[in-house]
Amino acid sequence: MTPHFLTRSLDRSATIFLMVVAAVGVLLPLSNLLFPAGSVLHVPTYLIALFGKYVCYALLALSIDLIWGYCGILSLGHGAFFALGGYAMGMYLMRQIGSRGVYGNPILPDFMVFLNYKALPWYWHGFDHFWFAALMVLLVPGLLAFAFGWLAFRSRVTGVYLSIITQAMTYALLLAFFRNDFGFGGNNGLTDFKDILGFNVQAQGTRAVLFMLSCLALAVGFLICRAIVTSKLGKVLIAVRDAESRTRFLGYRVESYKLFVFTVSACMAGVAGALYVPQVGIINPGEFAPGNSIEAVIWVAVGGRGTLVGAALGAVVVNYAKTVFTSGPLAPYWLFMLGALFVLVTLLLPKGIVGTFQAWWAPWRAQRMAVPVPGDKDVSAVKPHMAE
Amino acid sequence: MPISLFDYLRAALLAIFMTVGVAMPSMAGPFEDAVSQLANDSFSDTEAAVGLLAGGGNAQALPIISALQEGRLLADPATKSVFIKQGDGKFLNAATGAAVATAPASAAPVRLNNRLRRTVEAALGTLTLLSPDPAKRILAAQSAFKTRDAAALPAIDDALKKETVPAVKRAFAEARAATILFKADASDVDKIEAVGTLRAKGDQDALALLSGLSGLSQDVAGVATSAVNSIQSNLALWSIGQNAWYGLSLGSVLLLAAIGLAITFGVMGVINMAHGEMVMIGAYVTFVVQETIRTRYPGLFDYSLLIAVPLAFLVAGLIGVLIERCVIKFLYGRALETLLATWGISLILQQAVRTMFGPNNREVGNPSWMSGAFDIGQLSITYNRLWIFCFTLAVFAILLAMLRYTSLGLEMRAVTQNRRMAASMGIPTARVDALTFGLGSGIAGIAGVALSQIDNVSPNLGQTYIIDSFMVVVFGGVGNLWGTLVGAFTLGIANKFLEPVAGAVLGKIAILVLIILFIQKRPRGMFALKGRSVEA
Repeated sequence: MTPHFLTRSLDRSATIFLMVVAAVGVLLPLSNLLFPAGSVLHVPTYLIALFGKYVCYALLALSIDLIWGYCGILSLGHGAFFALGGYAMGMYLMRQIGSRGVYGNPILPDFMVFLNYKALPWYWHGFDHFWFAALMVLLVPGLLAFAFGWLAFRSRVTGVYLSIITQAMTYALLLAFFRNDFGFGGNNGLTDFKDILGFNVQAQGTRAVLFMLSCLALAVGFLICRAIVTSKLGKVLIAVRDAESRTRFLGYRVESYKLFVFTVSACMAGVAGALYVPQVGIINPGEFAPGNSIEAVIWVAVGGRGTLVGAALGAVVVNYAKTVFTSGPLAPYWLFMLGALFVLVTLLLPKGIVGTFQAWWAPWRAQRMAVPVPGDKDVSAVKPHMAE
Repeated sequence: MPISLFDYLRAALLAIFMTVGVAMPSMAGPFEDAVSQLANDSFSDTEAAVGLLAGGGNAQALPIISALQEGRLLADPATKSVFIKQGDGKFLNAATGAAVATAPASAAPVRLNNRLRRTVEAALGTLTLLSPDPAKRILAAQSAFKTRDAAALPAIDDALKKETVPAVKRAFAEARAATILFKADASDVDKIEAVGTLRAKGDQDALALLSGLSGLSQDVAGVATSAVNSIQSNLALWSIGQNAWYGLSLGSVLLLAAIGLAITFGVMGVINMAHGEMVMIGAYVTFVVQETIRTRYPGLFDYSLLIAVPLAFLVAGLIGVLIERCVIKFLYGRALETLLATWGISLILQQAVRTMFGPNNREVGNPSWMSGAFDIGQLSITYNRLWIFCFTLAVFAILLAMLRYTSLGLEMRAVTQNRRMAASMGIPTARVDALTFGLGSGIAGIAGVALSQIDNVSPNLGQTYIIDSFMVVVFGGVGNLWGTLVGAFTLGIANKFLEPVAGAVLGKIAILVLIILFIQKRPRGMFALKGRSVEA
């Protein structure tokens, strides 16, 4: 991390974004903890958990934007990496329950006692240590993405074919995790968490800290993405997105670039899932549903693909809308709204909110600044139209 | 054991009663005599009477005994006359068969106890062995095969002698064989012959019966063991055949669901995520057609599917054209965005159907010619699966002919191979796109009509098929319908052969993983188009 890296990756919108994330990440938990309930400035705990969920979704959206917006890989199975990270965290939380479960078994989680497991399956060993679980949060999605990407990119599976097989991957995992004998709690998943690192998961303070950590993860993830896309490697990624064959003819090993960015993205999705699980209190196979992954893609499309900031914004906006609509009298119409969102955004707003805004902004700013600073050129603002 | 001894005594007493009953001469003929004996209000007399009736061969015996079983037999102890109460509340005189306005007030139902009920059941079994309806005779033979009651053996022998229909004759022979094998005092020669009969029967029942035998002499046991082995290997072969048929059936369903997708994907390079919803719409069209027929023209029910097929094609096709004109047209060349937009459309269509028809499953009936099943050897084939198989092949053939011999087909093939060149040669690609999308959606609608016969019609119907359809298309390759055909049947058969080994879910997971690996090997499917268009 050199100052050079920072100046390169932090343009105006990135700085604003980081400041907003930092402000939200600090102010919301503080107002929750410092002001008494009933005060105007008090943010209720349930809202902290809700926003915490949005922040995790934003990180997932960021990871999708990194590969879709900058490398043209449309993964319809990113929910799988998110859920795998979540399961890794969930397994740690299950082990932390210890003998406080319904059956009081100090080793086996409740569902295993219920399903007549005699001993802990081998892949559950180690998850009683937080460091191990944290490692697995990165390693399991990362390794799966590496293996999957290595096979797919090497044999040049691209475009819709890749999208379809990523969808097949998450569908296969969905089916597998639904099985009771797979050892991950079947369709009930993992729940009834008690402690994380000795702190009560339900406690107000823990929730506030988890929220802060989620914001921190989002900020770090954002910086990593910015660092990647503004580096020379990022330029190659954009070249791959816009003209894969041409990039290959120029002598770049396209598959290595794709594999690298796909794996990084999967790890980010895994972290998002790991932070998501303690805040919502459950992880079940439903997270693997292909529909979830596609929905995450539309967050990115709404916010603006290839803008990073837009991806995070899109995740928050769409999920906030979802919360508002599905809890009110308009609940039966939410799917109409979501469907229309898919259609209208792709038809009318192909650059998303942030992309469109930047397109309007750019001429005005160029006029005002007269001479653009070299090296500060915002790639996404002048992003050419994408060809598949 | 004192209790079983007591039972033996009672059985012996009963036998004496029965022989006495048979031996006693009667004035009015044995049949009328037996009937009047029913009015004695004594369990043993009733039992004797039932035995007489069952052996007597009078056509009236069957209605009398079944009335007795159902508690519809009334007897007047004063006049010794017996009446059958009929379904419409009228009465028949049991002995004469003449209609009677009312039974006498003193007539009470003939009482039964548990032992008597068993006798009645056995008597009914014997009587139906001689029923004029061959289907009933087969049922009686099958029940005799299961009960293996040695007492029924003479009746079975008798029926076997009289029988002329070959299938029924075989059923009788099998029932006789089963009975003999379980009869303690049957000779070894008879038993060996019986084993031979069952070996020829060769199904699961025969296998269970033969492997459950005990107390046999060495000769018979040896023959039985070899018969068991032969049946087992035979059954294994048949089960391969059955799996193959299930696989073909699943493959035809997959083909039907995927073929429209293959066309749109081939021609336009567009994965239509709303394809499953077109299938669902076709199924709902069938539902609406059947509802209309039920309420207005009940006689037309057997033709409901014939009416639904063109309607479903039109409705789904029109919706498809509409989608193409309103959405997909503007996303030309952006396949991934099209995928998202069509996913959105699928959500809207699903929710629209849910709002209109409710979230629950809708009842779609099978017309009479599609219900039921028939057997070939040990293969059981249901008519609806068979019809769907034939229907799929017909749709495939028509589509193939259309692509080959019509001008639209020619244009579609041209656009598939090289869109820009086709446009340069004056092919209106926009029109071809719209028609292709309409055609693909229409075929999905037809698929919905067929699938409504074997699956639940609910708003989620499309979702269950969409991923499988993608797999078929991706596996088979683009631009060649034969690829889709081979892909669908390969996946269907592989799935059904993996199922018994790995279980349904694991089998499916294995298939998905295999496809993912296969795509690595052949990124464009089995039958990929070659040439410059590939990189486009």
